[in-house]
Amino acid sequence: MAERLFDKIWDRHVVATPEGEPPLLYIDMHLVHEVTSPQAFEGIELAGRKVRRPDLTVATMDHDVPTTGLDKPIADELAAKQIERLKRNCEVHGVTLFPLGSPEQGIVHVIGPQLGLTQPGMTIVCGDSHTSTHGAFGTLAFGIGTSEVEHVLATQTLRQVKPAAMAVTVDGELGPELTAKDLVLGIIRALGTGGGVGSVIEYRGAAVRALSMQGRMTVCNMSIEGGARAGMIAPDDTTFAFLEGRQHSPKGRLWEQALDDWRSLATDDGAEFDREIRVDATALRPAVTWGTNPAQSVTIDDLVPDPSSMSTPELREGAERALAYMGLTPGTAIRDIPVDTVFIGSCTNGRLEDLRAAADVARGRKISSGVRALIVPGSARVKAEAEAEGLDRVFTDAGFEWRSAGCSMCLGMNGDILAPGQRSASTSNRNFEGRQGPGGRTHLVSPAVAAATAVAGHFSLPGDL
Amino acid sequence: MPGVKRIAGRAVALDRRDVDTDQIIPASWLKRVERTGFAAGLFGAWREDPGFVLNRPGAAEAKVLVAGANFGCGSSREHAVWALQDFGFQAVVAPSFGDIFRNNSVAAGLVPARVTEEAVARLFAALATDPDAELIVDVAAREVAIPSAGLGEPFELADYAQWRLLEGLDDIGLTLRHEEAVTAFEPSRPAWLPSLAGQ
Repeated sequence: MAERLFDKIWDRHVVATPEGEPPLLYIDMHLVHEVTSPQAFEGIELAGRKVRRPDLTVATMDHDVPTTGLDKPIADELAAKQIERLKRNCEVHGVTLFPLGSPEQGIVHVIGPQLGLTQPGMTIVCGDSHTSTHGAFGTLAFGIGTSEVEHVLATQTLRQVKPAAMAVTVDGELGPELTAKDLVLGIIRALGTGGGVGSVIEYRGAAVRALSMQGRMTVCNMSIEGGARAGMIAPDDTTFAFLEGRQHSPKGRLWEQALDDWRSLATDDGAEFDREIRVDATALRPAVTWGTNPAQSVTIDDLVPDPSSMSTPELREGAERALAYMGLTPGTAIRDIPVDTVFIGSCTNGRLEDLRAAADVARGRKISSGVRALIVPGSARVKAEAEAEGLDRVFTDAGFEWRSAGCSMCLGMNGDILAPGQRSASTSNRNFEGRQGPGGRTHLVSPAVAAATAVAGHFSLPGDL
Repeated sequence: MPGVKRIAGRAVALDRRDVDTDQIIPASWLKRVERTGFAAGLFGAWREDPGFVLNRPGAAEAKVLVAGANFGCGSSREHAVWALQDFGFQAVVAPSFGDIFRNNSVAAGLVPARVTEEAVARLFAALATDPDAELIVDVAAREVAIPSAGLGEPFELADYAQWRLLEGLDDIGLTLRHEEAVTAFEPSRPAWLPSLAGQ
């Protein structure tokens, strides 16, 4: 029978299918960070249990770490306590930790692929909804809550009802001004913020095949913003070229064996999906969100939409609330909206390729007076590699702040936040109310648009400068 | 964790769709290392508006939240469930839920009762007419009712989730009954898979 990539990975991880209970799925790699794990470790200890496979568990500090002044103690007492707790938990339970200051520290979803810990055909979970990022490698990867983190720590398995399989097929080629971010925002616009609930998405089609691994990670990363549990892309030569030679990638004979296996993972011809949507890449333009969920976006050439023109009362009501929060008037040209802050980073767009795209725009230019612009590399290694290429100088010469790795202003836990009423162009993944600080207003864009917007002071394409 | 069979009490109607977990519990609250103490943070930003539904008389005694579709979308933070429970909610009734939120709810003992869009509209209408009306979530019968308005709406909840909620079962304890199967599975994993052993 013709099988889908998703079925192939699912089936080889089913440990048991107890009568009347959801299947038990084996987890190949469990990523842990400071924010969603302390209560899970506490639960293990209170029940007198152990971490079953510390060798398949890896931890780092990312969500509330500072991105400046790393030589000084962490000023936020609660964050300091949480970070200290992770360190203690990893020591007690024998879990490998890449702490603040380690050359491998960084956002969990950036360091996994970087270390070669993310490989095709695996199951990967983390107490973070953007775990879907790892699906770019043909991996079944999804976010879980703290009770499930505890379950995986104790058993290395998870009970999961099998989700539905959805195909998102992107036909055609992306135009020269378009990035993976514009593509995924276009997909989420078509899908709606809850359109993927209960599903795992496989991204297919010519435009997806043409993406780099970094671009594929950006697309899979935002699957959750369409409501999907996970997003995945079948592995191919682009995937294998990225993985070859990485620290934890298979070597020698094992590499050859793994390659044979990985090549067999792609969805078979004729396999059917529970649902399929098609997106025309040639119809896309650079995307900018105008509302308070990631499905509320238009292209940079558009105007702020008029709620009264929307097709359903629900959409209308949602748009009215969103525009009131965002302080926007229908009919305003997107390019005429000024910003106070630009944030380039996050697990969506904090990799080296993203920083290069932003640097290409920033090179030889200055950011607009009154704009605060932060570059936050996704990992300490991304930071070091960018510095080796001189990107830090490009950014600082242009007036950007060059920070250390972490989640930073994507969710504003570490003090990198917007003031009430401030407006950002952000390469992150969520424009929810207050996401980047209470009262802050977030517009999601690609790194190139973010950098051009920093220079212009209002939404712009690099070509507009 | 105690089992939950039937919840009867006051309800709060939050007639909004796509309520994300950043609204339910803002990120500034996620620095806590405990499972409790989140009640004051529940809908932190929205509660600054004196007219917000949780600020109305009687809301503090409510046991059930009735909300629009796609409730609990976004971040995986289980703190959203803990905050609802700390405030006093034992069930959320909505036409759909974010997948991770729904799993977290069952794990923590908060009932995620999925009703149709039409049913939630009837519940909102009944609560608009009588905000003090008693609402009953019968987990065993999988029904949400407002007896004073003559409403009885069936809700969806998977059999396994229902069983866990009714009995208050520890999921890890259930899984550890299959520990032999896990141990038998492990040697079949391919040799090339990554490991942190010896790091």
